[in-house]
Amino acid sequence: MQQTLYDKLWEGHVVRREEDGTALLYIDRHLVHEVTSPQAFEGLKLAGRGVWRTDSIVATADHNTPTTGWERGVDGIDDATSKLQVTTLDDNIRSHGAKAYFPFLDARQGIVHVIGPENGATLPGMTVVCGDSHTSTHGAFACLAFGIGTSEVEHVLATQCLLSKKSRNMLVQVDGALGRGVSAKDVALALIGRIGTAGGTGYAIEYAGSAIRALSMEGRMTICNMTIEAGARCGMVAVDDTTIEYLRGRPFAPKGEQWERAVALWRTLASDPDAKFDRVVRLDAREIKPQVTWGTSPEMVVAIDERVPDPEREKDAARREGMARALEYMGLAPNTPMRDIRIDKVFIGSCTNSRIEDLRAAAAIVKGRRVAQSVRLAMVVPGSGQVKRQAEREGLDRVFRDAGFQWREPGCSMCLAMNADRLEPGERCASTSNRNFEGRQGAGGRTHLASPEMAAAAAIEGHFVDVREWR
Amino acid sequence: MEKFTVHIGLVAPLDRANVDTDAIIPKQFLKSIKRSGFGPNLFDAWRYRDIGEPGRDNAARPLNPDFVLNQPRCRGASILLARANFGCGSSREHAPWALLDFGFRAVIAPSFGEIFQNNSFKNGLLPIVLAEREVDTLFHDVAAFPGFRLAIDLDRQSVATVDGGRVMRFEIDPFRKHCLLNGLDEIGLTLRHAGEIRAFEAKRRAEQPWLFG
Ligand code: SF4
Repeated sequence: MQQTLYDKLWEGHVVRREEDGTALLYIDRHLVHEVTSPQAFEGLKLAGRGVWRTDSIVATADHNTPTTGWERGVDGIDDATSKLQVTTLDDNIRSHGAKAYFPFLDARQGIVHVIGPENGATLPGMTVVCGDSHTSTHGAFACLAFGIGTSEVEHVLATQCLLSKKSRNMLVQVDGALGRGVSAKDVALALIGRIGTAGGTGYAIEYAGSAIRALSMEGRMTICNMTIEAGARCGMVAVDDTTIEYLRGRPFAPKGEQWERAVALWRTLASDPDAKFDRVVRLDAREIKPQVTWGTSPEMVVAIDERVPDPEREKDAARREGMARALEYMGLAPNTPMRDIRIDKVFIGSCTNSRIEDLRAAAAIVKGRRVAQSVRLAMVVPGSGQVKRQAEREGLDRVFRDAGFQWREPGCSMCLAMNADRLEPGERCASTSNRNFEGRQGAGGRTHLASPEMAAAAAIEGHFVDVREWR
Repeated sequence: MEKFTVHIGLVAPLDRANVDTDAIIPKQFLKSIKRSGFGPNLFDAWRYRDIGEPGRDNAARPLNPDFVLNQPRCRGASILLARANFGCGSSREHAPWALLDFGFRAVIAPSFGEIFQNNSFKNGLLPIVLAEREVDTLFHDVAAFPGFRLAIDLDRQSVATVDGGRVMRFEIDPFRKHCLLNGLDEIGLTLRHAGEIRAFEAKRRAEQPWLFG
């Protein structure tokens, strides 16, 4: 039988199967952060259970850590409840153990989905879980990687397994070359615009085609990251030379003879030539333009040269009402050219777009220019301490600072605004993150999702521009 | 986990598609290290006129009278009627915790965000998928009949009007159904297979030692 990559990953992890097809799936890597784990560790304790395999755990504090004031140490976390979560994670990891822990203030601390790959803690063929929906990011390494809830975090801690049912297979085939100024983020948004935020529900997505092959690991991670925004829990890309070159020499990647064995095995992690997919979606990379969202769901997206849609033209009543409600929340009039939307803040960061390549792309736009007077705050939040130091070695921090951007400490920051970084009610933000839900970046805040290049150019002009023409 | 067998309750209609878990429970309330106490902040941004913060006295906050759950007809509701893709977005289990804490035992919608649906099962909150058409009819019923109630029978996999006039069937995985009906601890169930897990692990360790240690 010809198998898809997903079939292979799935079958390779089934410990046992119930009659109805529910499988007990073995978990190789468990990523843990401060917000979704405390209740799980508490549950373990109450039941008198221990952690099954501590060397599967890689932990960090990222969701509500501050991006300024690190010189003040843990006392720099002004919010008492946030501080309690951070110190609770410290306590839990100290008493249970882990393969690696990058606590708040550590040189390798960062967003959980950035630190896994950059340390080689995410390896092809693994099952990777985390109490965070963007765990789909790790699928870029041909992993079966998906987000879980806190009860499941506890289940994995206690048993190293999860109960799960197999999804159907979807192939997203992107062929052709992406144009200048068009990035992985635009591919992800264009796909969501096409199939909708529930389009991938019930599916595991594999991304393939010449445009995907041409992407760096960073770009593949961006696309796999946004898979959850298309409704699918996991997205993945087959192993190729790009994957293997990225992993070579990473701290937790195998070495010597084991590396050779691992690479030979990893090379088999691709769909068989005639594997059957339940659904196939094709995108022509040459037709994808820079994308910007206009509403309160990632599917509410258009190309930069288009206009805010008019609900009057929507035939479906429920959709029309949803559009009207989104426009009201966003404070936008129908038919406004996307280019005319003025912004108050700019956020370059999040597990979608905070890796070194993202920062390089944004810096190339910003270099030698100034953030528009009308923009109140433009900030860059590197995905991890390692990304931050790499960027500083390359002088990117200077480029951003000289242009008027703030250069912050790593973390999730204004992607979900659990820390002090947030939008005030009514403020409008060009953001490289992944969710434009109501209140996501702060109660009443208005989020427009875009690529790093597009967000950087918007910072300079004070409104969205088409980076393809803008130089 | 609390068992779910038969439940009869008042239905509250939330007529919006794509209700995400950020809307169900906004992030500022995720700072808690407990599983309880989220009910007063369920749908916080829609329910109140001001911006909620943890530790505030919610009883003293101005309510948004237009929001459906604030209306007298929804007082005591335990079944939430929703539109497509309910619970999409973030994996926060605080979403089902907040719904349960508020008093809901079941959510009926044409489709759910997968992680939310999973999280709900684990907590004894029953996510029921009915066809778009049936959900539409239910929205009409709720609007037409004050105090509209439904009877959910998990064993029979049915949702019925209390007069028995209309019965709708729903699908559920047999394994999940079994766990819910009996209020089983899934971890305990899995640990019964500890031997199999250990054997699987040992084989994997031999074949791919780089995944361990
Ligand atoms: S950056 Fe945003 S989306 Fe990513 S893990 Fe952090 S909060 Fe979640």
